[in-house]
Amino acid sequence: MQRRHLLQALASAPLLSAGTRLFAAPEGSTERSRFLLVFLRGGYDAANLLVPISSSHYYEQRPKIAIARPGDGVETALPVSADWGLHPALRESVYPLLQQGQGLFIPFAGSDDLTRSHFETQDSIELGQNLQGSRDFQSGFMNRLAAELGARQAISFTDQLPICFRGPAKIGNAALREGPRPAVDAKSRALLSSMYAGQPLLEQVEEGFALRDEIARELSPAVMKEMDAASRNAISAKGFELEARRIARLMRGRVQLGFVDVGGWDTHVAQGGATGTLATRFEELGRGLAAYAEELGLQAWQRTTVMVISEFGRTFRENGNRGTDHGHGSVFWLLGGGLGKSGVAGEQTALNAKTLHQQRDYPVLNEYRGVLGGLWQRQFGLSNEAVARIFPGAVARDLQLV
Amino acid sequence: MLCMAGLGITLGPTALLVGCANTAPAVYREPAGMFRAVNRIGWGATQAQLDQATQLGWADYVDRQLKADPKAPLAPAVQPQLDGLSISRREMSTIVAEVDTLRREQDKPPTEPERVRARQAYQAALNLPTREAGHRQILRQLYSEQQLLEQMSWFWFNHFNVHQYKRELRVLLPDYEEAALRPQALGSFRQLLGAVARHPAMQRYLDNDQNGAGKPNENYARELLELHTLGVDGGYSQRDVQELARVLTGFGTRFESGRPKLKPEQEALYVRQGLFEFNPARHDFGEKTVLGRQIKGSGSAELDEVLDLLVAHPSTARYISRKLAVYFLADQPPQALVDSMAAVFSRSQGDIGATLRVLLLAPEFAAAQPTKFKDPQHYLLSGLRASYGDTVILNSQPVLAWLRRLGQGLYDKQTPDGYPMNSSAWNSAGQLSTRFELARTIGGGTAALFKTETVEAVSPPKPKLADGALYQRSLQALMSPASREALTRADTPQQWNALLLSSPEFMYR
Repeated sequence: MQRRHLLQALASAPLLSAGTRLFAAPEGSTERSRFLLVFLRGGYDAANLLVPISSSHYYEQRPKIAIARPGDGVETALPVSADWGLHPALRESVYPLLQQGQGLFIPFAGSDDLTRSHFETQDSIELGQNLQGSRDFQSGFMNRLAAELGARQAISFTDQLPICFRGPAKIGNAALREGPRPAVDAKSRALLSSMYAGQPLLEQVEEGFALRDEIARELSPAVMKEMDAASRNAISAKGFELEARRIARLMRGRVQLGFVDVGGWDTHVAQGGATGTLATRFEELGRGLAAYAEELGLQAWQRTTVMVISEFGRTFRENGNRGTDHGHGSVFWLLGGGLGKSGVAGEQTALNAKTLHQQRDYPVLNEYRGVLGGLWQRQFGLSNEAVARIFPGAVARDLQLV
Repeated sequence: MLCMAGLGITLGPTALLVGCANTAPAVYREPAGMFRAVNRIGWGATQAQLDQATQLGWADYVDRQLKADPKAPLAPAVQPQLDGLSISRREMSTIVAEVDTLRREQDKPPTEPERVRARQAYQAALNLPTREAGHRQILRQLYSEQQLLEQMSWFWFNHFNVHQYKRELRVLLPDYEEAALRPQALGSFRQLLGAVARHPAMQRYLDNDQNGAGKPNENYARELLELHTLGVDGGYSQRDVQELARVLTGFGTRFESGRPKLKPEQEALYVRQGLFEFNPARHDFGEKTVLGRQIKGSGSAELDEVLDLLVAHPSTARYISRKLAVYFLADQPPQALVDSMAAVFSRSQGDIGATLRVLLLAPEFAAAQPTKFKDPQHYLLSGLRASYGDTVILNSQPVLAWLRRLGQGLYDKQTPDGYPMNSSAWNSAGQLSTRFELARTIGGGTAALFKTETVEAVSPPKPKLADGALYQRSLQALMSPASREALTRADTPQQWNALLLSSPEFMYR
């Protein structure tokens, strides 16, 4: 009964609102479009996130770790469509967003890179260039997007600047796991600036000073206290949830583009099913993403999209250790207050022994550069030329995501 | 004898070694040039090292560093700290057994407070070995005269990276560093590869102990090709990975005593070395083809056959040589130099010292300018060496915390690729801000380094870098006019120290 109700709600979601018009900046509005990229490093097991519930092959190939079809128990998949279900660990966090027309999944998404190497594939995705021919290892696609939109409006919420943000546009970085840090005193700062004048590192040095100031301003003690109060759970917000709330705070201000990565997805051994290691990771991630939406506030969330990606999917078949090995196609998540639709997007195929890539993995039917290019055309109004500068050699694919 | 080394003309490896080794390029006669070179092959040059290198000449200094003894004790002021560590006094197997006993005991006590204490005791015992290994590493890097050995020990750990929080690696990691990596850090790559392959830390980190016949796990096979030997473009296929995974079946670990139940015909094939085992019952004895070579199903000898094949492969020579050149010289090292190194690597069946010698005595090494951007560990350690010299720290915990803040925590890299070596990974805005903050901490005199829970230094040293020989005789020559001018405007010695350690000149190796 309840299940049928949910399915109906999801099926009718695309009709709920006017979609793209929400992202075209209204006359006189200062509310800007925002984009956050969340990179799950390690190749997360997409087939246990968005469960192919209509595929009997899935259940044959995963006798010990499959997620059961939607049913009455708490350990069954949450219904999304006739073909797909969602991992039950996201029941309280991301699933409610889907019910409000704020979440899409794009299965069979990923890169054509076939090395099955974490590092090679992460790097090639972050570079966003053609796999063949010579590549510029100092230029990532988020940096090129920042250049199209104005570089001062991007931050990487990481200790190191990731490859996707490297390039000529100088992007600041600051991990927010531990909150704001004290700034250097004014005199030392002036002397340091004089030392670096004319030096190759000058821009980074100045950007670093400015970023510290900004974080100290945005995450003042009063704000930090307020955020703790906002997480109404009995247990105070911690881990990724707290980090996501801080990111949202900064992105409420001038920051238009953000990046954060989350590790720990390389589940070769004992990954569990509806509960267990991977389920716990999904739960933490989902809670963080929901907290991000909440902290951003209704108005900003309306004009924000969050894309969750990973370097590749994992083997369709479970391995001998109740885990999965490196595969190919993945499932991307897209969340946003103004999507106006929910469910599953992009090109799809039935899942059986014949359709798997090399008899073992999801194929890639929705190449990530086309998907992101298409999203940003709708969200930021980028021209074909701009997309071609961000993703040389790729063509934007309009999956009507927003 | 005509020597063109100083002219930047590229010579073949033989010419380099024979023709120019004894005639140092002019740059090594300048204090600044010698500083850069010594600084680049250790954890930050000290004046004592510079004096020694100047006296010996660069080539002889390099040869002395290449002949390092991995077992040599540190100075008497430091060595007792190492001797006192539990990892120095007990075998890995003993520690594993003790920790395992505590694990099994933790839920047995009748009352909850006792159980809490038992659980804490288990956690403490689990954490102690790697905590001590971190202290040992930092002490060696700060105070050993064999600086190149300490650099290479770090380099190989990073190359064969394992992560402390995977499974019970915290207990295995100190021995992995000490017994598998350090003895061959300047020696034979082939022996190094074999020691890594047979160490329980690597077996467990890349899940190979779970790789059995009919139940393949490709994790170690893939990284062995991609990260440890050939490199990702080294010319192997997915098929090679699968076949190598079959070769690697049956290799694993055994923490309990005794041996598995085996069929009589398999008894003789069983191998056990400490906590490592080869279990023929789990091995795939079928024929395999790796990189075009047929491997007959024979048991544990298949591993050595494959490792020989990998070390002899030209891709391995190129990949390892290039990585060494990137680490010591530049993000984009000259191809001709890498080729010369690779030729020596191949000819010597992977002699690491001989390969390094080509690099360190090359004219390109002398000519390198601007030098290599320091990674966080080199930055922090060189700052500490410049600030505190021979004054021995008692507590390395602050250093480990700083490393984590700069994104390069010791034993903290989760993925097997290790930390990146190019400057763009470490010179972002956020990283530089944090460096300035830590420069102030180090330059101001960090009392926390000189006390432990039980011992407190009488008076923690207050560094005064401006008056030190290192600055006066060597570093000063490197500073730009703008940096010198800024230094003159410092109000206090602490601020002066912080500015020097924050200067653009101090950011490079």
